[in-house]
Amino acid sequence: MSDKILLGHGSGGTMTRKLIENLIVKTLGNPTLNKLTDAATLNLPSGRLAMTTDSFVVTPPVFPGGDIGKLAVYGTINDLVMVGTKPFYLSLAFILEEGIELELFRRIVDSIAEAAENVGVEIVTGDTKVVEKGKGDQIYINTTGIGIIPDGIEMSPERIQVGDKVILSGTMGDHGITILACRKGLEMKTDLKSDCAPLHRLVNAMLDVEPKIRVMRDPTRGGVASVLNEIAEQAGVEIKVEESRVPILPQVQGMCDLLGLDPFHVANEGKLIAVVPAESAEEVLSAMRALPEGKDAAIIGEVVAKTEYPEVFVETEIGTTRILEMLAGDQLPRIC
Amino acid sequence: MCIGVPGQIISIIRFEGIVETKGIQRKVNLALVPEAKVGDYVMVHAGTAIQIINNEEAQATLKLLEELVGDEE
Amino acid sequence: MKNRYRDPLLIQKVTQKIHQVTESLDRTVRLMEVCGTHTHSIFHFGIRDLLPEKVELISGPGCPVCVTPMEFIDQAILLSRQPDVIITTFGDLMRVPGKRGSLLQAKAEGADVEILYSPLDSLKLARENPEKLVVFLGVGFETTIPLSALAIQQAEVEGIRNFKILNAHKIVPPALRALTTQDIRLDGFILPGHVSAIIGLKPYHFLAEEFGMPGVVAGFEPLEILLGILKILEQLSEGRAEIENVYRRVVCSEGNRRAVEMINKYFVLTESEWRGLGMIPDSGLMLKDEWKDFDLLTQENLDAVKAVQEEMEQLSEYSSQNMDGPCICGLILTGRKIPLDCPSFDKVCTPESPLGACMVSAEGTCAAYYRYRGRGGRFHVR
Repeated sequence: MSDKILLGHGSGGTMTRKLIENLIVKTLGNPTLNKLTDAATLNLPSGRLAMTTDSFVVTPPVFPGGDIGKLAVYGTINDLVMVGTKPFYLSLAFILEEGIELELFRRIVDSIAEAAENVGVEIVTGDTKVVEKGKGDQIYINTTGIGIIPDGIEMSPERIQVGDKVILSGTMGDHGITILACRKGLEMKTDLKSDCAPLHRLVNAMLDVEPKIRVMRDPTRGGVASVLNEIAEQAGVEIKVEESRVPILPQVQGMCDLLGLDPFHVANEGKLIAVVPAESAEEVLSAMRALPEGKDAAIIGEVVAKTEYPEVFVETEIGTTRILEMLAGDQLPRIC
Repeated sequence: MCIGVPGQIISIIRFEGIVETKGIQRKVNLALVPEAKVGDYVMVHAGTAIQIINNEEAQATLKLLEELVGDEE
Repeated sequence: MKNRYRDPLLIQKVTQKIHQVTESLDRTVRLMEVCGTHTHSIFHFGIRDLLPEKVELISGPGCPVCVTPMEFIDQAILLSRQPDVIITTFGDLMRVPGKRGSLLQAKAEGADVEILYSPLDSLKLARENPEKLVVFLGVGFETTIPLSALAIQQAEVEGIRNFKILNAHKIVPPALRALTTQDIRLDGFILPGHVSAIIGLKPYHFLAEEFGMPGVVAGFEPLEILLGILKILEQLSEGRAEIENVYRRVVCSEGNRRAVEMINKYFVLTESEWRGLGMIPDSGLMLKDEWKDFDLLTQENLDAVKAVQEEMEQLSEYSSQNMDGPCICGLILTGRKIPLDCPSFDKVCTPESPLGACMVSAEGTCAAYYRYRGRGGRFHVR
């Protein structure tokens, strides 16, 4: 086998076959995938089916704390578990750029296998295409995930009530800032790592304590600000966030200071925001803190009013208030 | 108009230093503050130190503030 | 470590002082901050919440992006579309609309536009791409100008000939003079901290001496801004007009001599157009004759420059009136209107599709108003 991905690897001929058998099936194999049929046939327990899809593009594909493979599996799982789903199966489609190192691809497939095993899901179908050099950015991954929502779990923003608490499961902005620090031209050195992690255990622990959690979201692109604004709008409420309670690593704050960015707008990949009834908020919080992925969890605010004009505002560390807007456009580093 | 972030110089080679701000390290040009030493805090704007931070003055300002608000109690 | 410049108790006390001093004044006081980063901090920390109604803060022309004329953006965009040109810029400029789109759009259409953290990184690109013309968009005030000078110096030392500056640098004191002589009622200036770190206090003395206008150099932490406001109010209450400095940890009265020398070595004063303020004498900087090699627009033998100049002539037949709605940027920059007075604000003009440059930069007055527009219109200071 050549040590680079070639156009032939996506031709559908023997090279494709070899790549799939020797690398993908060998690493990710399970009885369903191993059949290599055109479509996977699946058995699922009864219940409401949840399905999600996501595409992953990240530069660089391997970064401190993870890589695009791990990101793809955990990102998909997290979308499923945010509505209380028990995840079962994933699909996986790669778009590879001609000329990338086979070793890089192998590393990413290994990482996918490890991540899938860690959360107990099977990769049951997939696809591999190769595009000409210059037509892609090394590797893109598209996924679909399906699972079953157990009876009795029904999260929806309409259930949000005044007084409900807002919980953030850990420090904000780690992933986005880690990726930014890797960016060519910025040359910032940090010991930061992406927070890329699965949230299924955390969600289970939370739902065990309080099945009536109103809503959960993972604040990926657009950051905490965007998710809170979405929740406020869907529920028709005003949300207050106390800035001093929001967990953030000093390095993330430092990088945001340097580049003039707002950490509330920076992406996370292993965090969730939950709106929880006030009476059980402390108990949910303790359950979260008992797990490593929730050890820095904090109640960061609350729902203060039902309103026709939904908004999120921040009580600053000096006791004043400002509006927390959704991210408009792209966050661009600035100096002025 | 000009974002400035304070950081501490942790090493210097000629007119360049490594400056650390809240755990972030970056190469910073020190040509405008040639008298800066390792350990000094500098104000960094767009990758260049524009001034050495005067710790005595910082303390004096805080003291002034405390006196200012203290005199009515 | 606790940030003492954000100590709520101290802030409360200084705020009380501000209220006390304000009571002794028999009129509304209008203070202008002329630094975009002050504007940003004032909104970010909700400083206006803390001030008495009689103290009005006006955001002046303090963000270099806001005051850069549209023609500059047009030139940069046209240039970015030329073959073998790499444009390097601070992120701030990317969204600024010219007459035909923004650099962000040009990049999307395939132009090679790189966002930098430091002008010196531009040289690295020039070294790595000797066959390309690497152009740095030189926008910024006194804080940033020495950095452009350092880049030119380094290019000269290393003999990097494919590095050029498209220059729109401006300096602050002449703009303050222009503001003071215009028909605007102002009672004092919160002077820019990091510009002052370079130029010191002397260039502001004319404010107090010629116009009886108080000015205080302040830092960017909430307590530093409040202290700056308090000092101006005290001057007003005692009938004094002086230039004071409450940002002594960074600003000394003589400024940074070496940085000023760098500016003077490479640049010379010239008339300059400020968006909204018009032409201001001696408020811009151009490269001295001996450094013209680095000044992009004087390189008339370069195909890219020739092409840009031809297209600019065609473009100049358009006028800014051809934009999608009225923009009162100029009146906002001079403190005569606030964004809420503008018929386009929050309607055709938003951060997603900014009309004027005041909406473009995060510190632009309109963008700041938009972002932090308060509950129940509380940010409406008047």
